[in-house]
Amino acid sequence: MNIELFFQYLVAGVTYGTIYAIVAIGFNIIYNTTGIINFAQGEFVMLGGMTAVTLHAFLPLPVAILSAVMITMVIGALIEITFIRWLTSPSVLRMIIITIGISILVREIALHVWGAGVKALPYFTGTAVSAISVGDVHISPQVLWVTGVSAVMVICLNLFFTHTLPGRQMRACSANRDAARLCGINAKNMVTLSFVLSAGIGALAGCVVSPITYVQYDGGTALAIKGFTVAIIGGLGNSMAAVAAGLLLGILESLSIWVMPTAFKDVISISILLLILFVRPSGLFGSKEAAQLKEF
Amino acid sequence: MARNRHLQVFLLIAAVAAVQLATMLSDTQHYLTQLTMSGYYSLVIIGLCLLIGYAGQISLGHAGFFAIGGYTSAFLTTYDLTPVSDKAFIAFLSRTGMLVSTEDLYGGQVLHLHPWAACLIAILLAIIVAYAIGGPVLKLKGHYLAMATLGFGTIVYKVVLGTEQFGAADGISEVPEFALLPGIAVSGKLSMRIMNYYIAWGLVILGVVLLSNLVHSRVGRALRSIHGAEDAANAMGVNTGRYKLNMFVISAVFAAIGGVFLTHYNGGIGPSEASIMKSVRYVAIVAIGGMANLWGALVMGFVLNFLSLRGYFGSYDDAVFGAILIIIMLFTPEGLLRRDLFSDIRGILGGGKDLEEKV
Repeated sequence: MNIELFFQYLVAGVTYGTIYAIVAIGFNIIYNTTGIINFAQGEFVMLGGMTAVTLHAFLPLPVAILSAVMITMVIGALIEITFIRWLTSPSVLRMIIITIGISILVREIALHVWGAGVKALPYFTGTAVSAISVGDVHISPQVLWVTGVSAVMVICLNLFFTHTLPGRQMRACSANRDAARLCGINAKNMVTLSFVLSAGIGALAGCVVSPITYVQYDGGTALAIKGFTVAIIGGLGNSMAAVAAGLLLGILESLSIWVMPTAFKDVISISILLLILFVRPSGLFGSKEAAQLKEF
Repeated sequence: MARNRHLQVFLLIAAVAAVQLATMLSDTQHYLTQLTMSGYYSLVIIGLCLLIGYAGQISLGHAGFFAIGGYTSAFLTTYDLTPVSDKAFIAFLSRTGMLVSTEDLYGGQVLHLHPWAACLIAILLAIIVAYAIGGPVLKLKGHYLAMATLGFGTIVYKVVLGTEQFGAADGISEVPEFALLPGIAVSGKLSMRIMNYYIAWGLVILGVVLLSNLVHSRVGRALRSIHGAEDAANAMGVNTGRYKLNMFVISAVFAAIGGVFLTHYNGGIGPSEASIMKSVRYVAIVAIGGMANLWGALVMGFVLNFLSLRGYFGSYDDAVFGAILIIIMLFTPEGLLRRDLFSDIRGILGGGKDLEEKV
């Protein structure tokens, strides 16, 4: 293998890894406030990308993306209010099946609204062939957009959770729901907020990545599995570890093309998921003791 | 209790025969094709019902076992052994009658494994995979279990989709008929339509009798205790790990048998049979049937698969199953056909003809 090709794969791996990390953070936000895994997380990414493509037909790109993110956030809130808010302490099995049902419905609605074709936003700067060359390695400007926007998103989320009142209220809810409610925090609103937030970051990720990967009505499921893999590797609920885990998985997957046919790329990452689940379900960066206290 | 069960089985046999007679009398024999196919799908569903409803373990990867059965059988019965027929092992197989020679579309001779041998290998493979996967997977709970089984299903799907020998996106076609006994074959031929309907539903009846005996035995009581409170069951001396694993393997075998037979009946199999949506659909039907309700799962498996195969849901096929999942889980998490509800209906109808159709 030559070194230029290696770096080229590395860049591709980082791009995909960033998106996996964002999906994983979406999982974690909802998991932390509710204790449930939202199997429809990948659908938010798809919805964001699809809506932005539609809006871009008659709106400038930044406005289209912003509106798409807003619309997806509203959809996230509606999903939570319609299907989840009024359930009193549902079992894990019940929540798994409900969120799977939601993901199927969203996907099927998307199929009837947008059709089965692939769509994409235009490249934010330059075109599909423009590249920034670092030595012999060529990097598409869109890759910088993906990594840049994701980095800003992670920093903003961090600031939100540590420095704003709603962010701290959400953390209080995830630490101890009952104690938080005794302090006057409306836990139900925090759950809705967590759906809005993860819908928003998912949609934004869907917009920035769509020029490279394209969006299709059924693209959400694969992303959800990858995102979940990353969330597990990082330790469920730990968003900062998810970033590291996302990059790790993205790069591993990208380099696996060297030894395996491309068709088996997904098999690699899912095998990693199964391996981690079997050997160390608390994740690479998670603590075993803390994992035992959680209700899976 | 035992007499009640005999009555249920008798009613099932009567209903199967009644449906066939009904199609004959109303001249709708073309329905038999879909009725046969939904029989094989129902086989998967009653197996999954044992796992989800009675052992309390969710699996989002059972289409994977269905595909392992179907693809193994399809591959082994279509793979031409003529070029290697002089090898000692192949010659040995040929002498023991394990190989058959059939004519392909262009009149050439194809030497391949006998469907019975392929079927046994397929089931054996499903058992091995189920034990290998089930061991570590069933130690997990809740989200982790759901995701691990989903991961397994995705791997099977990606492997059959990405492997040239399995026909990639086209799947395997021209699978020969499965001669169970001389004169009796699993085949899509029009002349054998009625016979195949009875083969499919005969298998389902056999499966239901086996499972119903199982859930009413010591094993069934142990399973219910696992579902209720696993730690308590453990403390009472129930080897919960072994029970869960065995149920996983049994349900995988049911799925694999459904896969083998349906593949021979359709004369082929495609990667969509391994897709996640199929697995989710099986879970949806078990949920509607009432989770721990073998008969409910069977009735809903029959009704929904038949409607879906006849194309009544049109392009909203998957959406219908998604909506059903949500509605059932939101409003009646114990399932639509709860056992008490079922006996209520039985009480009201008092053994009328409608009941026969339902059971």
